[in-house]
Amino acid sequence: MDQNIYVKMESISKNFGTVKANDNINLTVKKGEIHALLGENGAGKSTLMNMLSGFYKPDSGSIYIHGEPVKFDSPKDSIKKGIGMIHQHYKLVEAMTAVQNITLGQKGSFFLSEKKSKNKIKKVAESYGLKINYDKKVYEMSIGEKQATEIIKVLYQGADILIMDEPTAVLTPQETKKLFEILKNMAREGCSIIIITHKLHEVMEISHKVTVLRKGQTIKTLETEKTNSKELTDLMVGRAVDLSIDRPEVEIGEEILKIENLTAEDVDKVEVLKNVSFNLRKGEILGVAGVAGSGQKELCEAIAGLYKIKKGKILYENEDIVGLSPRDIIHKGISMSFIPEDRLGMGLVASMDMVDNYLLKEQHKQKGIFIKRKPVKEKCNNMISKLEIQTPGTSHPVKQLSGGNIQKVLIGREIDTNPHVLITAYAVRGLDIASSHTIYDLLNEQKKKDVGILFIGEDLDVLLKLCDRIMVLSSGRVTGIVSAKETTKEKIGLLMSDEINTEVLAV
Amino acid sequence: MRMIKRERISKKDAFRIRSTAIIGSLILSGLFIFFLGHNPLDVYLSMAKGAFGSIYRIKDTINIIIPLIMTSLGIMIAFKMKFWNIGGEGQILMGALFASYFALNFSTLPKPILLFVMFIAGFIGGGFWAFIPAFLKVKFQTNETITTLMMNYIALNLITYLQYGPWRDPQSLGFPKIANFADSATLPRLFGIHIGWIITIIAVVVITIFLNKSKFGYEIKVVGESQDTANYSGIRVNRVIIRGLIISGGICGIVGMMEVSGVNGTLTNHVSAGYGYTAIITTWLSGLKPAFIIPVSTLFAGLIKGGGFIQTAYQIPQSAADIIQSMILFFVIGSEFFIQYKIVPDRRNAKGGEVNVS
Repeated sequence: MDQNIYVKMESISKNFGTVKANDNINLTVKKGEIHALLGENGAGKSTLMNMLSGFYKPDSGSIYIHGEPVKFDSPKDSIKKGIGMIHQHYKLVEAMTAVQNITLGQKGSFFLSEKKSKNKIKKVAESYGLKINYDKKVYEMSIGEKQATEIIKVLYQGADILIMDEPTAVLTPQETKKLFEILKNMAREGCSIIIITHKLHEVMEISHKVTVLRKGQTIKTLETEKTNSKELTDLMVGRAVDLSIDRPEVEIGEEILKIENLTAEDVDKVEVLKNVSFNLRKGEILGVAGVAGSGQKELCEAIAGLYKIKKGKILYENEDIVGLSPRDIIHKGISMSFIPEDRLGMGLVASMDMVDNYLLKEQHKQKGIFIKRKPVKEKCNNMISKLEIQTPGTSHPVKQLSGGNIQKVLIGREIDTNPHVLITAYAVRGLDIASSHTIYDLLNEQKKKDVGILFIGEDLDVLLKLCDRIMVLSSGRVTGIVSAKETTKEKIGLLMSDEINTEVLAV
Repeated sequence: MRMIKRERISKKDAFRIRSTAIIGSLILSGLFIFFLGHNPLDVYLSMAKGAFGSIYRIKDTINIIIPLIMTSLGIMIAFKMKFWNIGGEGQILMGALFASYFALNFSTLPKPILLFVMFIAGFIGGGFWAFIPAFLKVKFQTNETITTLMMNYIALNLITYLQYGPWRDPQSLGFPKIANFADSATLPRLFGIHIGWIITIIAVVVITIFLNKSKFGYEIKVVGESQDTANYSGIRVNRVIIRGLIISGGICGIVGMMEVSGVNGTLTNHVSAGYGYTAIITTWLSGLKPAFIIPVSTLFAGLIKGGGFIQTAYQIPQSAADIIQSMILFFVIGSEFFIQYKIVPDRRNAKGGEVNVS
């Protein structure tokens, strides 16, 4: 078999119970190729890669690495064959330096010579154009540095097939650019790279080939040069989709929420919000951009009365709501929905059904000591049909729904409370394109009803298309508030990487 | 071998596992009984007979079932909030103490009024004893398992002190004993059992409705599932915990009242008889569902009563009877593990699911 075919996966199938996660999938990656694996959540990308890296065993099908048939019993076997996987969440030891992390778990003599290892690591890294400070401890590193450390680690282990799971989710556009340079270098040096993503523009920018998966099946493998975003989306979704996001022109009303010099500390007395000031007006969507963990969660929780505030004011219709209980803030008409990575988090009770979850926000409004579930059931049924929620019924525990449907329940409920201010964080996290657009439409509908919306997002393209203004957070500070129509992704990227821009602050 | 959490389990499988456990426990205890020199079958039969063999014995067993069910109901409310109330014992004692105060000092009151006052006093006594750890928990995040447990000893020693000191009956000829209650402070009987059984049935119904239909019951459920979510949705978590615990302890306090008034006829330092601890097991085994508390408590009461009976019938030492009881318990509780988890052979040694290489 052709030695230049580094990875060949043939008719791979994997079932989890009754769910066909992978159904007859084929994938071929050549030497020096950057291959994008594109698909919506639940399309089977991660399952497939987990089989390539030895975490799962396929139910049927064959895998060839460097032309040789292989069976992996554990990730160790896959590492031995030169496969390195970089997970979305880095698996580094915080208190150790880069060198220590890289050499961790390596075979060798009983005593490790750090100096020797360091030289060896350097040689490997520099051959791919990677440079980091090897003596820096991981907890002092930026996200980009951590990622570089992970990459060097797998290269040092001798990997020439690199799998990257959504590598840009936590990076600023600038860091992403840097990463892509590195990946291109590696490909030139003869590595094969498989990159899992659902961001189309990244596929177009970096990959040589792209394989589209949908519902556990291989839809098509294409040469990136010969395709375009539109075609890829249609393949990914399975029908023609309109990619444009509406930004209805609404006459922006008076100020409804004003945040002044908001400062908050976490349990370790580290400032997580630093002098944050901004305002939100009726009929406006204010986007919040920033790399993950820049204070978005704390900001949401602070406004909702769930996070302790050190100083500053939160004025709702000119009344300071700092110190009010979450209940009082809900009564004022401020709704907050935060979609955490596990999607359930604090907005919903996993083991309860839809009706009981709806009741979380509804029960205060009911009079008397007994709960009336019947009217709520009706509202839930309305919501199911309006948002096309896939569920066997209203009395099904929400944790058994798929991620997207769980999100619709949460956001649907929050919108049903008819809020004046709607705070929503990561509303479309992991949703498929059609569902995401349902959510955007819902938000726009609210905007037309003069609701002030704070939209915390991940995808800059969406923020630019949907929002009226965009505020950028970096390490808990507001580094800029810009008009979405007039700014560019690059400008926002600069703001995300912590460079205060006084000029744009004035907008 | 390794274990995997089960997604869900069919009723049939759950029943199969539980019955296997009970049979297994009977076999193992049977071996033990055999080595003691008795016929296991005979001993088991007399255990059942000892618990349910005659009207008189059934009544005796019901006298154990009543406090077990009530205490389990009380503890369940706390457990629903994931507040591990180990203090049922102390709450029973304090309920008994508060009720006894009125029984001893206001015996001239008309019987219905005095009993009602004692009932309320019992609730307040138990509720107060549970309020303290609940308050400490919400204010200072103290560990409730420790505080509720410690409160048990305080209650126990407080009653012992009263029994040997200020409340000692001068007419008891130097015997450390509190005076017997007057008739006005004694629960009336219906069908030969004190009317605590009616109170218990009413309590099961009321608490079932309370948990499923009332707002407060709903809030208790949410707090138990996730305090963050409760907070987020505007539920006043601390208030729910404190109120819930007062109800939890209060119900245990009523047990104390019923025991002093209906069974013992006076206050002693062993009035709680370990119900506060046994109820932790029955509550847990009933899956925090009021309806299941009844059969589970009946089973346990039978075990306690039957265990006591074989001691005298076969001259088996108490410790041996305890061992038999514990073995049965061990199996029954152990089976819950297999209902939640299943054991599968390690993947590495399995032949199935391998990659076919052509």
